[in-house]
Amino acid sequence: MSAEIVVLVEHTNGVVKKVSFELLTLAARHGSPSAVIIGAGAEQAMADVVRYGAAKVYVANDAALTTSVVGPKVAILNQLVTSASPAAVLIPSTAEGKEIAGRLAVRSGSGVITDAVDIEDGIVAVQSVFGGSTIVRSSVTTGTPIITVRPNSTTPVEAAGAGEHVAVTAELAPSDTAAVITDHVVEAKGGRPELSEAATVVSGGRGVGSPEGFDVIEKLADSLNAAVGASRAATDSGFYPHQYQVGQTGKTVSPQLYIALGISGAIQHRAGMQTSKTIVAVNKDPEAPIFELADFGVVGDLFAVGPQLTQEIATRKG
Amino acid sequence: MPLNIVVCVKQVPDSWAEKKLNEADKTLDRASADPVMNELDEYGIEEALRLQEAHGGQVTILCMGPEKAGETIRKALSMGADDAIHVVDDALHGSDAVATSAALAAALGTVEFDLVILGSESTDARMSVVPAMLAERLQLPQMTFAKKVDADPDARTLTIQRQTDDGYDVVQSSLPAIVSVVEKINEPRYPSFKGIMAAKKKPVATLSLTELSIEPATVGLAGAWSGVNAFEQRPPRQAGTVITDEGDGGTKIADFLVTQKFL
Ligand SMILES: Cc1cc2nc3c(=O)[nH]c(=O)nc-3n(C[C@H](O)[C@H](O)[C@H](O)COP(=O)(O)OP(=O)(O)OC[C@H]3O[C@@H](n4cnc5c(N)ncnc54)[C@H](O)[C@@H]3O)c2cc1C
Ligand SMILES: Cc1cc2nc3c(=O)[nH]c(=O)nc-3n(C[C@H](O)[C@H](O)[C@H](O)COP(=O)(O)OP(=O)(O)OC[C@H]3O[C@@H](n4cnc5c(N)ncnc54)[C@H](O)[C@@H]3O)c2cc1C
Repeated sequence: MSAEIVVLVEHTNGVVKKVSFELLTLAARHGSPSAVIIGAGAEQAMADVVRYGAAKVYVANDAALTTSVVGPKVAILNQLVTSASPAAVLIPSTAEGKEIAGRLAVRSGSGVITDAVDIEDGIVAVQSVFGGSTIVRSSVTTGTPIITVRPNSTTPVEAAGAGEHVAVTAELAPSDTAAVITDHVVEAKGGRPELSEAATVVSGGRGVGSPEGFDVIEKLADSLNAAVGASRAATDSGFYPHQYQVGQTGKTVSPQLYIALGISGAIQHRAGMQTSKTIVAVNKDPEAPIFELADFGVVGDLFAVGPQLTQEIATRKG
Repeated sequence: MPLNIVVCVKQVPDSWAEKKLNEADKTLDRASADPVMNELDEYGIEEALRLQEAHGGQVTILCMGPEKAGETIRKALSMGADDAIHVVDDALHGSDAVATSAALAAALGTVEFDLVILGSESTDARMSVVPAMLAERLQLPQMTFAKKVDADPDARTLTIQRQTDDGYDVVQSSLPAIVSVVEKINEPRYPSFKGIMAAKKKPVATLSLTELSIEPATVGLAGAWSGVNAFEQRPPRQAGTVITDEGDGGTKIADFLVTQKFL
């Protein structure tokens, strides 16, 4: 039997995020995929991960494991690194995922690679760095390769796995539970897909002009079942909340389709979106650098082009 | 009670420049772009200075980097920090994140602190792991991705708002703790003329690996636990079609989306 590749499943109360299926698909190419599900709802998530190939499922169905900042998850993964000697540990490259990977690397005496977009034979990570301008192939040379993988890097493939259920508990150190989460405040607007996972992202920039102006962006996003993003100029001006910022100091997205309205395309914005498969831009300035990236660009007023596009999509979808 | 704070500051290539890797040893080509302070670290310094204004105490800068990083340290001091520690040693060149966190943790072992504040991410490597690694190494509460920080030095407690994908978590811990900050936490101040003059006289202690009792072979390129095998430039994107709106721009985009099978 080939070596296990351990995949940390990201889920909310048992609802599994798509990136977890992507990681299981990637794991199956290089070994025997084992899913790790931590927190309340872990049992409910079981069927989904088995559908995407999990040969083994480590389940830690304990809500107390998610009330401290990352420590308990690190403890469980570290235990599995010791007991299962996996060929690699794959973790979603989200803000929290990277922190888990970092601590796990230190605790298990392993090297860590973040933001992989693919994994090649011999557990070689392909990273896209400097905003996607450079492709790096790297490997971990000490310990167990701990690798975080970007959402939307692999197409998830359904393949029924054996799904052997293994219950796990963790031995927690005091520092694992030293940062206590006392409240979870949701500010998100209306049921849209998550920015880093979405297949389509519609972003607005300074050109949107006001918080009310983002109505145009949101309507277009909803017509495409897309997530909403924003440039830093838009979040700085208070047009849209900060957690939706795309770019160097915001989120990195790599959707199938990225539509930028009223965004000039500064290098720091491009750093967060230029690996998108298809890019569409609307800007009234024909010289805007965003057009250098765009597969399709319209020089025009976003307040005319945006609503017309929303209308057209509604008509064509019937 | 005063609050003693260490702020970790990294020197990075200017984010306006196109960054490259060196052909020779596959590390960041720091010569090809102007070195500046990692922008998110300015927010860390600002937060430390605000906490100092509220509670008193000392603000110390900690920077690991080559000689040249001294300029970034001066900038941090000119914003108002009191003193600095510069971890500088040629053997550190090419260190991975694991080694970087080990060196920073060792340097933190030489000072008394109630809080360590870092940026949540560097703009060059963008790993976003060093703050969590420090919490792990020092066995301290990991209070990261803070968009708001409230410290109570008398009660020895800390409360932050930790930014999440859909809002924020309220997180509590005791002191000392490791904090990382996100961009929207504050508006960093510019160094004043007075600040720039004063910074010239502020003490900067340098620490070598020997002084930190770190074996040079365990850090740098040779000691790294992960390494770059190869790299290449991504081919530039093919230029697409750009049209001017003549009243049918939205329709034209919809047509394009149909040809690309998005509709
Ligand atoms: C260290 C650092 C980190 C940064 N991180 C980020 C980051 O994470 N994300 C990010 O986005 N930026 C980031 N920036 C900022 C970046 O440099 C730009 O300032 C920012 O991206 C500009 O946002 P914008 O394109 O919305 O605004 P602008 O550059 O002002 O562009 C607005 C555009 O809207 C167009 N426009 C105006 N009105 C209309 C209309 N009615 N219809 C159509 N078009 C219109 C204009 O022609 C213009 O091109 C960072 C900068 C630094 C120094
Ligand atoms: C393109 C590229 C890719 C890389 N990939 C990897 C990889 O996959 N694995 C790996 O282990 N290493 C990698 N490295 C090396 C790694 O960047 C360095 O070890 C780095 O010091 C730590 O990562 P970071 O800058 O991303 O830190 P982050 O975790 O993003 O930095 C967060 C904060 O930590 C503090 N900080 C970070 N470095 C310092 C410092 N030197 N002095 C003071 N404070 C600091 C700052 O406050 C900063 O805001 C890579 C480097 C480059 C240039």
